Amino acid sequence: MIETQAGKEAAVAAASDISPVPAIELDGVVKEYQAHGEVVQAVKGVSLAITEGEFFSMLGPSGCGKTTTMRMIAGFEDPTRGTVRLHGQDVTDVPPNKRDVNMVFQSYALFPHMNVWENVAFGLRRKRVPDQEIKRRVGEMLEIVALTGREKRRPREMSGGQQQRVALARALVNNPRALLLDEPLGALDLKLRQAMQIELKRIQREVGITFVYVTHDQNEALTMSDRIAVMNDGLVEQLAGPREIYERPATKFVAGFIGTSNLLSGTAEAVSGGTATIRVGDRDRVLVPVADGTLEGGAVEVTVRPEKIRISHEEPGADLSAVRGTVAEVVYLGTYNSYAVNLAGGAEFTVFEQNARDSSITAERGDSVWLSWQPQHSYAIGS
Amino acid sequence: MRRKIAPYLLILPGGLWLVIFLVVPLVFMASVSTQEGDVVNGFVQTFRLANFADALLQYKTQFLRSAGYGLAGTLLTIALAYPVAYWIAFKGGARKSTYLLLVLLPFFVSFVLRTVSWKFLLADDGILLQPLKDIGLVPADFHVLQTTVAVVGGLTYNYLPFMILPIYVALERVDPRVVEASYDLYSTWRDSFTKIVLPLSLPGVFAGVLMTFVPMTSDYVNASILGGPANTMIGNIIQTEYLVNNDYPAGAALSFTLMAAMLIGIFVYAKALGTENVLEAAAR
Repeated sequence: MIETQAGKEAAVAAASDISPVPAIELDGVVKEYQAHGEVVQAVKGVSLAITEGEFFSMLGPSGCGKTTTMRMIAGFEDPTRGTVRLHGQDVTDVPPNKRDVNMVFQSYALFPHMNVWENVAFGLRRKRVPDQEIKRRVGEMLEIVALTGREKRRPREMSGGQQQRVALARALVNNPRALLLDEPLGALDLKLRQAMQIELKRIQREVGITFVYVTHDQNEALTMSDRIAVMNDGLVEQLAGPREIYERPATKFVAGFIGTSNLLSGTAEAVSGGTATIRVGDRDRVLVPVADGTLEGGAVEVTVRPEKIRISHEEPGADLSAVRGTVAEVVYLGTYNSYAVNLAGGAEFTVFEQNARDSSITAERGDSVWLSWQPQHSYAIGS
Repeated sequence: MRRKIAPYLLILPGGLWLVIFLVVPLVFMASVSTQEGDVVNGFVQTFRLANFADALLQYKTQFLRSAGYGLAGTLLTIALAYPVAYWIAFKGGARKSTYLLLVLLPFFVSFVLRTVSWKFLLADDGILLQPLKDIGLVPADFHVLQTTVAVVGGLTYNYLPFMILPIYVALERVDPRVVEASYDLYSTWRDSFTKIVLPLSLPGVFAGVLMTFVPMTSDYVNASILGGPANTMIGNIIQTEYLVNNDYPAGAALSFTLMAAMLIGIFVYAKALGTENVLEAAAR
């Protein structure tokens, strides 16, 4: 018993790098549906460990399986295969009303016939918590979400942002082991959404509960998360912190889904000292950092972010990666200029140039230019 | 100018229809209800309000019986309709409209014909009772026709779809995520049903009661086909006064008394049960 526990903890520690027992653990979880006589795999095998107190996001386009994955954590869907563990305990067959996690639903799903207070008290009442304690906890929670004084309001009489906070309070008041949020800000307008992102992060710090956040909005995920699982087509493409997801996308999909990426196809010529020289087109060569032994000639794809690229008329230094192209379009976007550049090799690059003090534009449409960047800002990726 | 007239033009045909075929006869009947005389010598308007008192006193039993049958039938339809509506709304899946069509199928057969077929079904030597009598499960002189059970049963059967449909509509409008939220917040099925689903579907029950209680109470077909002399409802009395006794003032007075009683009943019912809570949940 002790041995297996220790073994499990070691395995888990290796997976999460931080805490010994993860708050939520998915182990080879698969979800299949029958649709029109065919088996459809919504989730094709997801394994991940979410650490206690973490703000964890599942990010991906619609239909990528992120919501299904969350619903399996909540208990609304039964995995076809695999195991769901909450704090080390197998809950795969435990119904949602017996799981110590609570959910904030897309469009909130507030009880329309109950007022704010009754909505928030609902879970505690079902758990037969004494009335005095319910009063205290609901009062405290409404204070946290800044809804004190609105207890008697009906959901219908409230704004979207207020309903959002009621939904949050209704889930958090139960002091769950983890809070699951399914696109909770999707119905709000941009300004309110940004305000709520900061608000959510504050509340999460305040209550110290694990948040699992499902969204298709990369900005939301990057702003709030400690770690992000980028999902596509039922699989996790990359699981890492926001900075790493953005700076070092592991796959072509992640590079394309998060922010804007430029993709360059080339042929690896030489690998030495952790740097590969990639030939692009007939004339240009770029340098890419690689682990030794991972690239041995052949076709390769290189990605680089638009804001890392410098546009110039002069040929840049030999220590930089550089390619030649023609400016196809210049767009003035206030805080920065965006250039579309057609490369000699056929690819189209986007370059962001910060609108600095002199408000100048480096190149005009039709100019032949050099694009250059530091090799460490580009990555060779698998597709 | 034209825009202001258009809406009125739209209600004109329907409005005229109602005025000619509902309001005019009503006014005419109101006038008849206070007249005196007989069909041979003609009726004379004497503003005799005692017609109402006479009618009410003479047929007090039938009034009360009709209300009782209507109430019993309504409660029975709720009990039978709710599970059906619930099942179609939540378990009907892709075949929902097929099931709804099945619910409405009886309407393709005439109301009277359906009731008459019940008479065959329930006859003393009919296909239901005769086998039971043969195997000795019920005594040989057992009968269902001409009893309260037959009339209330017939009423319940005939008006069941009018209860199923509004309850179904109300249940259909319950957001499945709201139900899921209740499970997420530790509800058992029972909690979820009594605290969430049932309250949210009450507007449907409320509408269903209006659509069944009123026609059941004034119904005369079921009592005349399935009932006996002890099951006469007020609808049968009104029919008899008009068509057999030719006592038009009595028939008119009874009709108006019934109408007034039901309007008051509905008003009280709406005040008591159709509270803001129920309607607010529906208005979402």
